[in-house]
Amino acid sequence: MQILNTTLLIIGGGPGGYVAAIRAGQLGIPTILVEGQALGGTCLNIGCIPSKALIHVAEQFHQTQHHSQGSALGITVSAPSLDIGKSVEWKDGIVDRLTTGVAALLKKHKVQVIHGWAKMVDGKTVDVGDTRIQCEHLLLATGSKSVDLPMLPIGGPIISSTEALAPTSVPKHLVVVGGGYIGLELGIAYRKLGAEVSVVEAQERILPAYDGELTQPVHEALKQLGVKLYLKHSVEGFDAQASTLQVRDPNGETLNLDTDRVLVAVGRKPNTQGWNLEALDLAMNGSAVKIDNRCQTSMRNVWAIGDLSGEPMLAHRAMAQGEMVAELIAGQHREFNPTAIAAVCFTDPELVVVGKTPDDAKAAGLDCIVSSFPFAANGRAMTLESKSGFVRVVARRDNHLIVGWQAVGVGVSELSTAFGQSLEMGARLEDIAGTIHAHPTLGEAVQEAALRALGHALHL
Amino acid sequence: MGTHVIKMPDIGEGIAEVELSVWHVKVGDMVVEDQVLADVMTDKAMVDIPSPVHGRVIALGGEPGEVMAVGSELIRIEVEGAGNLKESAQPAPAAATQAAPQTPKPTPVATPEPVVENTTAPRCAPQAPVARDPEERPLASPAVRKHALDLGIQLRLVQGSGPAGRILHEDLEAYLAQGPSTQAKGGSGYAERHDEQQIPVIGMRRKIAQRMQEATQRAAHFSYVEEIDVTALEELRVHLNEKHGASRGKLTLLPFLVRALVVALRDFPQMNARYDDEAQVIHRSGAVHVGVATQSDVGLMVPVVRHAEARSLWDSAAEISRLATAARNGKASRDELSGSTITLTSLGALGGIVSTPVLNLPEVAIVGVNKIVERPMVIKGQIVIRKMMNLSSSFDHRVVDGMDAAQFIQALRGLLEQPATLFVE
Repeated sequence: MQILNTTLLIIGGGPGGYVAAIRAGQLGIPTILVEGQALGGTCLNIGCIPSKALIHVAEQFHQTQHHSQGSALGITVSAPSLDIGKSVEWKDGIVDRLTTGVAALLKKHKVQVIHGWAKMVDGKTVDVGDTRIQCEHLLLATGSKSVDLPMLPIGGPIISSTEALAPTSVPKHLVVVGGGYIGLELGIAYRKLGAEVSVVEAQERILPAYDGELTQPVHEALKQLGVKLYLKHSVEGFDAQASTLQVRDPNGETLNLDTDRVLVAVGRKPNTQGWNLEALDLAMNGSAVKIDNRCQTSMRNVWAIGDLSGEPMLAHRAMAQGEMVAELIAGQHREFNPTAIAAVCFTDPELVVVGKTPDDAKAAGLDCIVSSFPFAANGRAMTLESKSGFVRVVARRDNHLIVGWQAVGVGVSELSTAFGQSLEMGARLEDIAGTIHAHPTLGEAVQEAALRALGHALHL
Repeated sequence: MGTHVIKMPDIGEGIAEVELSVWHVKVGDMVVEDQVLADVMTDKAMVDIPSPVHGRVIALGGEPGEVMAVGSELIRIEVEGAGNLKESAQPAPAAATQAAPQTPKPTPVATPEPVVENTTAPRCAPQAPVARDPEERPLASPAVRKHALDLGIQLRLVQGSGPAGRILHEDLEAYLAQGPSTQAKGGSGYAERHDEQQIPVIGMRRKIAQRMQEATQRAAHFSYVEEIDVTALEELRVHLNEKHGASRGKLTLLPFLVRALVVALRDFPQMNARYDDEAQVIHRSGAVHVGVATQSDVGLMVPVVRHAEARSLWDSAAEISRLATAARNGKASRDELSGSTITLTSLGALGGIVSTPVLNLPEVAIVGVNKIVERPMVIKGQIVIRKMMNLSSSFDHRVVDGMDAAQFIQALRGLLEQPATLFVE
């Protein structure tokens, strides 16, 4: 058995792991990274990036179709057709470029990448095939996996997001189980690619993690796109012969939904199985590895970051944690103390939440001003054929400190930057209201929301 | 419209000055007749100053903690009608308050910036510390947070000078400049603390401080500790409480001690005395006025059970209970808080093993009660469990000799160990 020694050993080459490795390399820490599949993890290969690629394809196809049916913009084209194989190829090209880029960055920073599946031996020892790696610091970054439903085992017509992002054909009828952000992003994309789409959600609204006011424009858009919603419906099973999904309606009656593909998107869970994590006997926080504000687990010099450490399962959180852990190992004083971590849904319209929502603020006992500005009054939104949505600000009444931003509308994901900065810098309503926002941009709605909170919106 | 001036009233007993403890009104408040304006403190008691008139407060004559002469101007109230201030005296409030010079209220806005146009000057140094809720997240940009971690500074402790209390880089520099070493040491994970609270010693606290200092400087303290077997006394007390508790009230140990003092002092009158060291005279008292040291929210008070020699057990108990409640509620009168001839001090269950009580000058003896514990004692060659209690007493050796003190305590012990003798005349 070959034995390797290193200072830092990272398990998992996703956004958390590879960022930690790059930063560790920059800091001169001898680092080995173990990855069983492709570098970049879920995010680059079967998550964030491929889904945005597919959403872009769907949007372009949808727009072209819209023009072919005589759009108000005066563009005339003939009805488009779709070669989904080529679309997937295009997407794979992007993924390849990115994963190759990650590999190059790791090489540049002298990180040794070992391809294979890691098995924990103890807190300082990991086996990969017949190689044993001994380390001073062990960083666990194994990410998460899709949650399965026992009555809908993945296979054949029943798919997870992974399969949904590499389709060989567009199904005639797709049923999405789960009305969260993954289900809706993919459901809307498939609808725009031409599938009949139904969404089955056990709760009474889509995107149940967000408030009703915020999700209303998405709900409207789904109706307009012709996505059928089965809210307060639960899945009972799938009849492969008849190709129907059995769901139970709120009255307890069973409906049969004809479908040729079922996408199960009911959430993700920390990836704790199959790599002998049990050998470390770490303290857990539910199904996630328990960490403190330095990403330390219950075992000294064993660290955990990203989805493995629980909610919020977001790539940008994992990256920030990875960077921090590398700096801590280099002897710097660090702690994970963001004011807010932005969450974005790439639905149509998009939805972004940063910091406290009005409900969060209330629960925290803060007396807050809540103010919103509709995109219906924003010039740039009109030129983008977007009328729905708004920007909403939540600020303390006593000192006008902004504690949260939410927005829903076309392209609002890019506003997360401004929202995040304003919260991290400790901006007050007056700071945002006093910043000149370029015209004509969607960002003007950000300034106007702050102005409106102060009682003097200009364009409302 | 006229102005009514209220002067610091004469509280009695030849007191020339009193301390202003707290204002219950502020400038601009409307007050009605009999509304309490302020509390003032004499050498022992807290006294309310009510308003004799109806009107609006226009000036306060002092700050809490200020010692004011009797007769000096306390407050000005604007009233309907003429008031009691002559028009000619109107424009001279300073003249009217000469007896007690008025400290002008600090006006925070008027404080000039010490440094002009110097952006590197410490920003928060001249500010008074503003309390931040411990749960509240300090407001600071990511760069400031990172810098603070590098410097080992807890942002929680840093005063923010930015908008909404935001902590700026300059605030970190100011914090570093003012503190000694704020670098994090070792890796204990426990933060060093560099905060400090300033608590003005005023009012009751100041009084206690003065009296304690005086007592320890003037008297020649010595302490004597003896253990008392209170098994029989406790049996009696429990029995009396079972039999008469409902009708006559519960007895604590204190009334028995008061009774023991009364009986013992017949043979040791030199302990029941007040020593006037300036006149070089000892005043032996026939009456036994027992001071009972009582903890109140504002500090130690010593209400006095008067003429204990003429009280029954239950009478003493009721009086101790009444006085303790009055003292704790700050309702004890000056008379109830002065004139004792000997003092009892007890911390009850917190009584510990030994204490060294400080004399309540000009008295010459103080008896301290420690807690009752069951202990194995040897009686006639047998180990038996007895309820034992120590008495820790202090005396003024200037006028009480050790032998007398010891004999006095032995007398108390005899009385308490054979409780029947407490009541045998």
